[in-house]
Amino acid sequence: MELANPVQIKDTSPPKNGAVINDFCITFSTINGSGSATANTTLLRAIFKMGVPVSGKNILPSNIQGLPTWYTLRVSKDGYLGRLEKDDIVVSMNPITFSKEQEYIVPGGVLLYSDEIKLHIRREDIHVYPMPVNNILNTVGIPAKLRDYTANMVYVGILAELLGIKMKNVVQALEFHFKGKESAIKPNLDVINLAAKWAQDNLKKSDPYFIRSMDANVNCIISDGNTAAGLGAIYGGVQFVGWYPITPATSLAETMHEYVPILRKDQKEEGKETCVMIQAEDEIAAIGMAIGAGWGGLRAMTATSGPGLSLMAEYLGLAYYTETPVVVWDVQRVGPSTGLPTRTAQGDITFANFIGHGDTQYILLFPGSVKECFEFGWRAFDLAERMQTPVIVLSDLDLGMNQWISEPFEYPDQPMDRGKVLWEDDLEKILEKTGEKWGRYLDIDGDGIPYRTLPGNQNPRSAYFSRGTGHDEYGAYREDPEVWERTLSRLKLKFETAKKFTPKPILREMARAKIGILSVGSTDFSIQEARDQLAEQGIATNHMRIRAIPFDDEIRKFIEAHDIVFVVEINRDGQLKQLLTIQFPEQATKLKMVARIDGLPLSANWIEEQISAKEASK
Amino acid sequence: MMNTDAVVHSLVHTNTVECVRNDYKGLPSTLCQGCGHNSIASQIITACYELNISPEKIVKFSGIGCSSKSPTYFLSRSFGFNGLHGRMPSLALGALFADHTLHGLGISGDGDTASIGMGQFKHLVRRNIPMVYIVENNGVYGLTKGQFAPTAEKGLRLKRQGVNAFQPVDICMEALASNATFVARSFAGDPKQVKELLKAALSHNGIAVLDIISPCVTFHNHENSMHSYMGGKALEAPLHEVTYVPSREEIVIDCFEEGETRDVILHDGSMVRLKKLEKDYDPTDRHRAFQMLDESEKKKLLITGLLYIEPYRPSLFDLYVLPETPLNRLTEERLRPPKESIGRLNQMML
Ligand SMILES: Cc1ncc(C[n+]2csc(CCOP(=O)(O)OP(=O)(O)O)c2C)c(N)n1
Ligand code: SF4
Ligand SMILES: [Mg+2]
Repeated sequence: MELANPVQIKDTSPPKNGAVINDFCITFSTINGSGSATANTTLLRAIFKMGVPVSGKNILPSNIQGLPTWYTLRVSKDGYLGRLEKDDIVVSMNPITFSKEQEYIVPGGVLLYSDEIKLHIRREDIHVYPMPVNNILNTVGIPAKLRDYTANMVYVGILAELLGIKMKNVVQALEFHFKGKESAIKPNLDVINLAAKWAQDNLKKSDPYFIRSMDANVNCIISDGNTAAGLGAIYGGVQFVGWYPITPATSLAETMHEYVPILRKDQKEEGKETCVMIQAEDEIAAIGMAIGAGWGGLRAMTATSGPGLSLMAEYLGLAYYTETPVVVWDVQRVGPSTGLPTRTAQGDITFANFIGHGDTQYILLFPGSVKECFEFGWRAFDLAERMQTPVIVLSDLDLGMNQWISEPFEYPDQPMDRGKVLWEDDLEKILEKTGEKWGRYLDIDGDGIPYRTLPGNQNPRSAYFSRGTGHDEYGAYREDPEVWERTLSRLKLKFETAKKFTPKPILREMARAKIGILSVGSTDFSIQEARDQLAEQGIATNHMRIRAIPFDDEIRKFIEAHDIVFVVEINRDGQLKQLLTIQFPEQATKLKMVARIDGLPLSANWIEEQISAKEASK
Repeated sequence: MMNTDAVVHSLVHTNTVECVRNDYKGLPSTLCQGCGHNSIASQIITACYELNISPEKIVKFSGIGCSSKSPTYFLSRSFGFNGLHGRMPSLALGALFADHTLHGLGISGDGDTASIGMGQFKHLVRRNIPMVYIVENNGVYGLTKGQFAPTAEKGLRLKRQGVNAFQPVDICMEALASNATFVARSFAGDPKQVKELLKAALSHNGIAVLDIISPCVTFHNHENSMHSYMGGKALEAPLHEVTYVPSREEIVIDCFEEGETRDVILHDGSMVRLKKLEKDYDPTDRHRAFQMLDESEKKKLLITGLLYIEPYRPSLFDLYVLPETPLNRLTEERLRPPKESIGRLNQMML
């Protein structure tokens, strides 16, 4: 796998003595707003620190407090980080969902529950451990106001004891979470220690699940995609962020608010900051500000999700036609409409591609991992400024808001590409070179990309008037049919040129594979696992992860080279497949849709079943 | 209007930034003959020339409408962006951060500002970004050929839509309510006042809203409406006589009697001198400004002049710690964190 450190252990034989080591899922059922996030990420981080590949996913309701919320930890010695559709261990702190959850536990699995829950347990084929939550809190002497927040630490301690999670690593995780703040660490740790002690003294372990140290996470970090994207943008020299809060994009901008003051102090003028952040009054204003700033020569961006992107349509069309660089992060959630604001999707692909009236085209980027969120965070600016056009980066809630093990962030391996910008002297030079010919929209180099000047340029010939109305090579208002056609053709040529700069697709091959799989973004994790499962059944596949629109010519070759190509995505209509069909009509009959949207990340099992069923029915 | 001598003079006479008046001109107007917007454009040219601002130091912005087309008719040597209907404020805000040494000059219509763009307008005002925001207010939608604008007076009859049943939006009132630091109303038929207010607005360190009644001769020139030339002239009630005094200039204007004038010193050391007409009016009293607007509405008067000013409130730029160097001139060394920092950052993600 690309993301989690490649893990060598490939032992699929049944565990000795029936023990299940480093290969199971734990689902936590808690009440939203009860501080369960602290407990869950503490466990995630502790397991990570034991060197065991682990991933965590929040299934949140769209409210702040009171509704049930789930969190799933997947421990995978093989380094699979995608969603798994099974619960080996369920930790239940919520009476409302108690009965339902029992149904999902695998036979031989585990139910840990707060002994406050006095409900009937119907399953007889699972291991059951009640947890004396109140008793433990009372013994530690947790003050009433902190009780709700520390209650979840009980299961941290009990699980640590039960599964063999090292207390040393739990402490490290807590220290990380509370940034070393002793007064916050102590009450939590007290509860954890006492709970572990209680488990040691009172629980007789009957279940087969264990976590054992590995060294799979050497050099790895843990981050969510939004943090990575925000940091990437900061390393990309972002200078202006206009944004409006919306789940699941909010944390992207908030991360930037947090890190700009640390990372973006001016190197020359002491105490000054080189990035401006504004929380706008809505998304129209957010994109308007970013486009204004991009026009002014700043590296400018906004971050939003579907409803916000819908509002940005008119402005993005203006930026396309006036050739203004701007970067938009769309962290996708489930639509249409308000939809499921806290669930994941890849449902904005066609919208982002076609956004705006008239003929438009946008550069789209699809990060497939946390590390790539960081990379596209900076690279998007190079592209936007080089191509003088909007770049829309399509992330999603699963990638953006969940914690992932990742290779470390890499410092940009290229200097910034500020594109064709003319300051005072540059303009003189180009006028000399071209025999006094420069126009804002004049294609001097034949690549469709004109040269632009920026406000503040004091050369009296530098100014031009930007407008969304018809204009010629010199920016003058024109309605002439041939001028309109000429400009739109040049914009199309420019879009072709973009292929030279966009990230190439990533190809993964297996010997003698006749089946192809195409995808974008975060489905990668589950797709790799599904491919391994298919391979075990003797179905070899090649996979190409597309990372940008305009589609690279490699994609055409990939489709040509296969008998059948499954297009895997998280939406109802097969949006990526629709775009591929438009782009490669001669190849379209080979494309098969593997698409689904239920609010959850695709699981490897589901992908595997879809592909093997379609294969069998051939 | 300038007299002929003055015109000839300005053709050859360079100002302190080495420009003649023609250097501030734009393309020939394509608006209707006699449109108020044209006369405002020509006052902008004169004000910038007389203020000695180099055209390269001004950036123009507009929304959509006849009014918003007008930035092409002045200051050809200034950068400009004709954006979207009602959305100029956000565009201007972002762009002005690119170079905080530039003067922003926004032109909007009453529909552009008070209808589709009301939200952005009020938020721009609230943020107190240093720029001049002119509303060319004609009570109608000119470009779409004569529908009611939100500023149309109640009872106004238009050819296709009949009678307006609603109370008008008062742009100055909206600006004041949003805590504007400079609010003025003027009339395109009073070019001297427009010019003086423009100069003061361009010297103000904050948002300067100028609501200028600018008749649409084609769709709304009813003589009994205050949005027409005739109506405006008949109903105009200036609060005071406005004179802008540049900072370097010795104050040589006639010595007024005590209590006859009010001088407001602006952020850059220049001054607005307000000569009392009928009644004394204190333009730093926000409460009084509301009252004045309310009274004039009831009396159906076109109150003009500097309604409100607060010269020293920190501007949006003052709230950020921006480098002296304009942001759009910063190079990679100042924008990309140093290479060593990435290791530390990764350590923070463990
Ligand atoms: C989103 C959008 N809706 C509608 C229009 C059509 N439109 C163009 S100008 C205008 C009204 C302009 O009125 P105003 O701002 O008062 O300017 P004026 O022409 O009177 O100077 C309208 C509705 C548009 N350009 N964009
Ligand atoms: S239609 Fe009215 S507003 Fe438009 S240019 Fe003509 S007079 Fe001016
Ligand atoms: Mg109007």
